[in-house]
Formats: sequence, C-alpha cells, structure tokens
Amino acid sequence: MSLKGRDIVAITDLDMDEIETILNEAQKMVPAARGEVKNDSLSGMILAALFFEASTRTRLSFETAMHRLGGDVITIAGQEGSSLIKGETLADTIRMAEGYSDIIAIRHPKEGAARLSATFSKIPVINGGDGAGQHPTQTLLDLFTIKQNLGDISKLHVTIGGDLKYGRTTHSLSLALGRMGARMTFVAPKRIQMVDHILDDLNRMDASFDVVYDIKETIPDTDVLYMTRIQKERFPDEEEYMKVAGAFRITAEMLEPAKKKMIVMHPLPRIDEIHHSVDATPHARYFQQAFNGVPVRMALLHLLLED
Amino acid sequence: MKDVKITPLRNGTVIDHIKPGMALKILPLLNIDQDYSTGLSIAMYVQSKKHQLKDIVKIEDKELHHKEMNRLAVITPNATISIIRDFKVVKKFKVKLPKVIEGIVRCENINCITNGKEPVVSKLVRAQEDPVKFKCYYCGRIQNMLEKRII
Repeated sequence: MSLKGRDIVAITDLDMDEIETILNEAQKMVPAARGEVKNDSLSGMILAALFFEASTRTRLSFETAMHRLGGDVITIAGQEGSSLIKGETLADTIRMAEGYSDIIAIRHPKEGAARLSATFSKIPVINGGDGAGQHPTQTLLDLFTIKQNLGDISKLHVTIGGDLKYGRTTHSLSLALGRMGARMTFVAPKRIQMVDHILDDLNRMDASFDVVYDIKETIPDTDVLYMTRIQKERFPDEEEYMKVAGAFRITAEMLEPAKKKMIVMHPLPRIDEIHHSVDATPHARYFQQAFNGVPVRMALLHLLLED
Repeated sequence: MKDVKITPLRNGTVIDHIKPGMALKILPLLNIDQDYSTGLSIAMYVQSKKHQLKDIVKIEDKELHHKEMNRLAVITPNATISIIRDFKVVKKFKVKLPKVIEGIVRCENINCITNGKEPVVSKLVRAQEDPVKFKCYYCGRIQNMLEKRII
C-alpha cells in the first residue's frame, strides 16, 4: 500500500491499515528523530509550513521532522506574516505555495481550511489543525504514544478529560479510538462536554463510550488518562472557571488508586490540569508524547513524498 | 364546479406537492430566472385532494432531467414530478435527495471556510441513511435543517 501523494486532512481519511503503516514507520524513525542516525531521504525537498494560527509543538515538530530527513522548510507563522491579512484568499495562497514547495503543512483558524487547501493544491497537504475541527497528526502521535506504552489499543479503556467541546485534539482522537475498538470515557463539566456531532459519529460506528462528570471515579479503571486544557474564556466568570479547573486538576495523590501501567497524556500546553507533582510519577507521558510528534511527522512526510 | 386555477399542460413538466410557500424558492434551482422565455404557471397555497396546502409549478415545453429534479428534494422532499407529452403523463416520480448537494445549501458551521470569501461553492455529502444526514465536505460538520440555509 502506498500513501505517496495523498492528503491527510482528517484521521478518517486513513483506513486502519494505513494508520498501522504510519505508526510502524514512525517507530523506525525514532533513532533519526533523536539525531542518533542520519537520514537524508528527503534531501532537496521543501516543506511549506503555513501556520496561520499560533502553534509551538506542531510547527516546530513539523520543521524538525523535515530537517531530520535532510529536507528544507519555508514557513509562514501567523497571519501577520502572510498576504491573508491583505485580503488574499487561502485558495490563492495555496496555489502560490505549491509552486515553492513539495508538500504543505497547514494550520488555520477556520474549519475546513485544510480540505479546501487540498482541493486547490496539486502537492500533498497535511492538516496541522483547522479551527475546532480536525488535527490528524496529533491523533497519530497520540495513538503512537499509546501503542508504544501499552500495545493493543482495542483492549484499552481511555479516559478523555478537560475541554471536550472546543478541544479539537479530543475530536480526532475519539473518532480514531472508536474505530480501533477502544472503550472511552468522556469526563468534563457539562458546559464543555463532548459535542453532539462527534457522539453521533461514534454512535454510527458502534463505538463504546460513556459520558461522565466526575474525574476521580474514572481513574482506577482507566489505562490512559488523556487530559486537555480547560480554557478560561469559555466560562462566564472567574469563579466558575476556578471551580471547574480545581475539580479537573490531576495531582500525584489523585493517581494513587490508578493501575500501575496507567499513562497520563496531554497535548500540551498544560495550565492547571496536571499538577507538576505528576511529572515525577511513573504515569507521566506528556513529554514523550510531545517528542513523538517528530518521528510521527517524519513518517508522514516520508510516506507522502517518497515511499 | 371545480375551479380551474391553471390550465392543463400540453407538453412539459409539472412539479406537484411542493411544500406550501416554497414554489418561488425552487425556481432558481431549475435555472428559471428573469431571462426565462417559455410559459410557466405557479399556483401557491392550493388545497390538495387530502385537504392539505401545497404549491404547484408547471413548466411548458421543457422536460427536466431526473438529476436536476433531485436537487428540489432539499427544499421540498415530497414533491412529485410528472413529464407531460400531448396532455398525457408519460413519466411520474418522486424527488429523492442526491448523494452530493453542491452550491444549494450553506454549511451551518459559521466558522467553516466555505462561509467566507474563498472561491468555492458549498458541498454537502451524504453521511447517513435513515434518517438521511449530510455533512459538509470541507469542515465535516453534520448538517441540520437544510431548507433553512438555502443560498
């Protein structure tokens, strides 16, 4: 099976075999991602990293991935640095960028921006996050981290907590986990619980999931605790935010009843959701997860361009 | 005596059982605008045999294709189409929602890229059968109440 020339806009663009291929390729990329061995397979090729919205990990890991494969990178970081601010359409920007590069990674504040880019582009487009929509490369690195630590994903119980309404990483991840047969528990305050259209999609695929409101009761039975940032601006006042943020703050003490092999993940940046005391526990995996962005994106760049 | 509101059609297409009040909305979908030069009759809020209100459109000397008629299902899912030749019905069918709806309905997601100034028409693809649901091809959002967002 070849992924050469494909666009990766949503995790649902990939079938299970293709996801497996990417995760296996990512495992092979780990030594080169660490800089332990040299890989020049994309020498002479250029990645256009078009980031029209703030990003630290996604943009840096895409750029690192391309450099680690011997390729070059051209970057737009923020709308200020592009002609979008002058009123240029994204469709025009994309047709310009395809002339300058071999592959495009895009992040944009509007949902559907990556699909639109793929429609206009003759070179492969990878979605680095579109509004509150899809973020498939984050999902791939999340799946990679889970598989690396715990093996067969279909046998796992994954608790996804925090901002499930606006947090795009949780949308893509739950769709992928649902297809893989994992059991899921969504835990969040009502105001920011998982959105209906994702729950509808999960029901259509017969996925197994629960929606709950108390994080403590889910901890003993979970294999993966995936936390996301709760955004202050989603709440009407500071007091209500503090109440919710307090109830959803994971501490080392809260993890005492957890399974020995349970892992805690977070797409980062974290604010208050995971206390620093968790960093020293054997459960913390969020920095390994952030590193995994490099081998996973190396695998994707390699498979879409070379194979 | 029964009132005759529209005279019988010799040749052409009759669109019957249109949702009351929607007759004028379907004309753009049939490419009927101010430049249209063939005979056209529209009856609105007439009583059906079942004493329900409906609209009727009769288009003279034009047989519409099955495919273009299916677009009407977005606005009026129970409409029936009759093709008339020499005062006789030669073909009759009910409209059916197509697999892809392009350029007719705006995506319900206000933050969708298609609701901006990009050079694309909206595109909704069928995501579910029974009940039929469409999702935006671009942003992936499942759409509700299509008839409220006709472009």
